[in-house]
Parts: sequence; structure tokens; C-alpha cells
Amino acid sequence: MSARMTLRALPALLRVGMAEALAYRAEFVIWMLTTTLPLVMLGLWTSVAAEGPFRNYSSADFIAYYLAALIVRNLTGSWVVWQINDEIRRGVMSMRLLRPIHPFVAYAATHLSAIPLRGVVALPVTLILLATAGRGAVTHDPAQWLLLVPSLAAAWALTFTMLLAIGCLAFFIDKSMAVMDVYFGVFAVLSGYLIPLDLLPGWAQAVTAWTPFRFMLSAPIEILLGRHSLADAVGLVTVQWAWSALMFAIAMWVWRAGIRRFEAVGG
Amino acid sequence: MIRAEGLTKHFKVHRRPAGLGAALRSLFHRKYEIVRAVDGITFSIERGERVGFLGPNGAGKTTTLKVLSGLLHPTAGRVEVEGTIPFRREPAFLRRITLVMGQKQQLLWDLPPAETFAMNRAVFDVPESEFRTTMAELGELLDLGNLATKPTRQLSLGERMKCELAAALLHRPTTLFLDEPTIGLDVTMQLAIREFIRAYNQRHDATVLLTSHYMDDVVALCPRIIVIDGGVIIHDGDLRALVKTMHPDKLVSFTLTGPVAEDVLARLGAVVRRESGRVVLRVAEDALRDVVAHLLAALSVTDLSIEDPPLEDIMRTLFKDHRHAEPAAAPALGEAR
Repeated sequence: MSARMTLRALPALLRVGMAEALAYRAEFVIWMLTTTLPLVMLGLWTSVAAEGPFRNYSSADFIAYYLAALIVRNLTGSWVVWQINDEIRRGVMSMRLLRPIHPFVAYAATHLSAIPLRGVVALPVTLILLATAGRGAVTHDPAQWLLLVPSLAAAWALTFTMLLAIGCLAFFIDKSMAVMDVYFGVFAVLSGYLIPLDLLPGWAQAVTAWTPFRFMLSAPIEILLGRHSLADAVGLVTVQWAWSALMFAIAMWVWRAGIRRFEAVGG
Repeated sequence: MIRAEGLTKHFKVHRRPAGLGAALRSLFHRKYEIVRAVDGITFSIERGERVGFLGPNGAGKTTTLKVLSGLLHPTAGRVEVEGTIPFRREPAFLRRITLVMGQKQQLLWDLPPAETFAMNRAVFDVPESEFRTTMAELGELLDLGNLATKPTRQLSLGERMKCELAAALLHRPTTLFLDEPTIGLDVTMQLAIREFIRAYNQRHDATVLLTSHYMDDVVALCPRIIVIDGGVIIHDGDLRALVKTMHPDKLVSFTLTGPVAEDVLARLGAVVRRESGRVVLRVAEDALRDVVAHLLAALSVTDLSIEDPPLEDIMRTLFKDHRHAEPAAAPALGEAR
């Protein structure tokens, strides 16, 4: 399908995706509740920092960090791995392949259309962040607030394409969800989901510079919390998009290889 | 137009016996078997033909349909549908074909079918005016009524199948691959779907390749049948010619209104069934005229009818003959590691 036709189909796909998200609202809320790990970590670290700052982090810093992590995770997380896995295993993928639109576009539309519903969680958390951590905890630079939009978009794109690539492993291996479990363990540590990256040992921080995980979660948090100069923040967003492009290429490669092996099981 | 030349599709299947020991052994030493789902079949179907694709379970019917619709890459051979190579799944190709699988659904489960229709309209780039016309036509042919606005999960199986067909055809494909489209439906609904397929074929000069376990579907819809068994074609041709070749006899059914001795009937033909006054005789075609004349003149009979033997019987004979002719034919090709 040409780019022009894909763009023409996009509004209908987004509308149907939103109708689906609303139809599955109960499951959706439960899924969103599974992203509350930052709140658990918040409770843990604020009690550690209650009697004095831990390294450079005060209690308020931890609150700001984990609330920011909750917002970013809510807006950028995706369940596409489970979806692809299920569709390949049940043979439902066949129906998707019969439509003249790339399944990645259709998946992206479904997942993007759920973002407004996630805003229902992200918005109050943002207000709580501003109310509890104070305005001093977040950047004051309007340019960096603006930069947050492409940074969040890149974090979403990078996470989505990474999960597409993992999901497509179901073409090759029966238990591709095991890969997801391993991925999530590494992601939780190296993305800043579990603890702020500057609290990791030096060697681990070096690893984060060369892996995509920081750019999936920590980068927009760092921008939101005003940790960088504008120039550095722009550099960070550029690297995020470079990783997204690379991960998209990898996902496409896994897809193309996988589709040749597809056995269209069932029926 | 569909062309397949030496179409072959093999699958590599992991085999292991049941039990923990076998599970542990398979961690280090996996045994694979190559299964010849389709083994070098050649056929062609012209535009507007309705062809029945028959075979027992595991014969390779669905695999062939999946290769023809571009879902599977063939292991070997050449396939061309609507002038293109299916597995490339070019958008122009996908807009000209459809695959309906009775056991798979494309309707969005928790939303009314109207949402799937709207999505397909956008994805297949059907202009709004054409979409309205097509939906009106499909609505009339399938008697959709207000089904499109009920959530899919609340539709009956038959209602869902009607909506599945509408969703699959609203881009007006000219090649239809129908895999068990009437499975699980009651007789009335089977008839409705059958009539719809015939009407669509005639209105749009669409090519139809149909698999069905209901032989009535095939008899009613398909002048030509392709029979596949063990991944190879064992018959391709006119359905009536096959019936004539396999079972040249006819079944003559009638009701006797008075007592008739068994040996009198046996002289006319083989008695297939005799229940109270109703009799079914198997009669050779060249003797048919004389037997019917005799029945009407010499015996007191009513409700006389002449039919071909059921297609199920013919298929059974065909598969049995094929397996006797090729005792070595087995789906497994060999082992691979």
C-alpha cells in the first residue's frame, strides 16, 4: 500500500482502535495498573531517603523521578508482543496478512489510538507530580517542555519497534514470550524503570550509553526533570530517534524473515 | 485466473513421543519430519469458474488455498493468481482476492461488524459511494438487515458467517477462496450462503475455489471439481463426468402400493434399501429406461425418482482406489535433523 493510501486509511484505523480500547476498557485499566512498579519503588526509596539524601537524591527527588517514570511508562508502554504472539499462535495473523496494509501500520494505529485513554492516568499523575514535588522538580525551560513531545514520541516508537521485533520471534520459536521475560528484566534495570540510572554502578551506566533502554524511558524523564542543557537534550532526542530508526529496521528484518517461515497454523 | 505448476509445500514438523523422558531427550536430540502437505500439483482455473476442491482431512486443500492467497510461500513450483505471484502479497493482488475461512474470523469480536466494514473500506481504499452501493448489494444478497450494528459476539454462527462474507467481499474481489464457508451452519443458512456465492459469481464473473465437507455445497455450486489426496491431485474435471465414470449406476427410488416379492425387485436391479413400501434400487444406466418402464407398467408404484449416487460414496471409492493404487503414498517424506 502506498504511503498516500496508508495515510488515507489511518483515521479509520485510529477510530476503530479507539473503539476497541473503549470496548476493552476493563482489561485496559488492569493492564495500566500493571505499570505501577514506579509507585512501589517510590515507596521504597522515599523511606531510604527519609533521614537524609541518598547520594544526590532527596525524598522529593525520588518522588519526582518515579512519578515522571510512571507518566512516561504509561504513555510509551505497549502490549504488542502479546498481541503478535497470540495472533501467530492462533493463526489469526492470516486475516491480517490478507489486508493491503502493512501489519506494523495496523498495530501502530491500534496502539496509538489507546494513548488518549492512557492520558486519563497520565494527566492526574502529572498534576500530582507538580503538586507534590513542586515546580522546582521539573524543567522551567519552555523549549525543553516542547522537546518532551518528540522525546516521548521517540520513546514510544523505540519501545514499540523493540516489542514488534520480539513479537515477531514467535515466527521462529514457540516460546517467544520467554524472550520477553528476559527483555523486561534487562529493560527494568537499564532503562531507569527500577532505579534512576545515575544510581547504577559506573560500568552499568557505561552500558546504558550503548544500549537502547535508556532512550526508551530515562531520556524523557531526564528532560522532564530538567537534568540537561537544551543542547544536550536535543542531542538526547536525536539519539532516541536514531535508535528508533535502527530498531524499526531490525523489526522489519525479523518480520520479513519470519513471514517466509509463517505456517498459517489452524484451519 | 489461477495457475499452479508443480505447486509443492512441505512442512518441517517436530516429533516426539509423550512423557517426561522423551521431553528431556528432545532438548538435546530433536527429531524432525518433513510432511508433504502439497506435492507438486498442477492445475489452472479460468475467470468466472466455480471449482470445488475436495479431499479428506489433511489432504492439502487448506494449504493450497493458503499458498494461492499468498499466506504461505510454496516450497517449490510456480503459482500465479490474477496475473501476480501470490506470496509477494502486493496490494493490487490483495484487492482482487479474498479468503474466507469458516473456522477463522476477521470481524472485530467486541465491536459491531459495521466497524470491521468501515475499517476494511479504509484499508482496501474503497471509495465511499462504491462502499455504499456494495454494502447495499451485499445486504440484499445476504439479507443482513440490522446485523451490522449488533456486537459481533452477540451474533449467531450463521449471522456471523453472513457478516464475515460481507467483510471479505466489500472490496469486490474477483477471485474467491472459500474454505469451509458453511461449516457448522444449519441447512437453511447453508442454502442461503450457497445461493449468495452463486449470485456473487454470476454478478461479478468472479472465480470461486471452494472447499467444503458438505458435498451438497459442491454439487450445487461447482460444475468442476479438483480432488486432492495425500498432497496430489487424483481427479480434475467435470463433476458429472466423474460421477458417470465412478458410478455409472443410478439410484431409482419409489414407493410400492402393493406387495411385491424380493426376487422380482432383484431382477430389476440391486436392492439398496427396502423400508416398509419405500424401495431404492441401483440400476445400470443402460438398463434404466427399461426398468423404469417396467416399474410403471407392471408394478404399482408412486413417488418415483432417479438420482445419481451420493457424492460422498463416489469420493470414498475414489480415495480407496487411489490408496490401493499407491500403497506407498504417505504424507511423511523423510527425516531431518
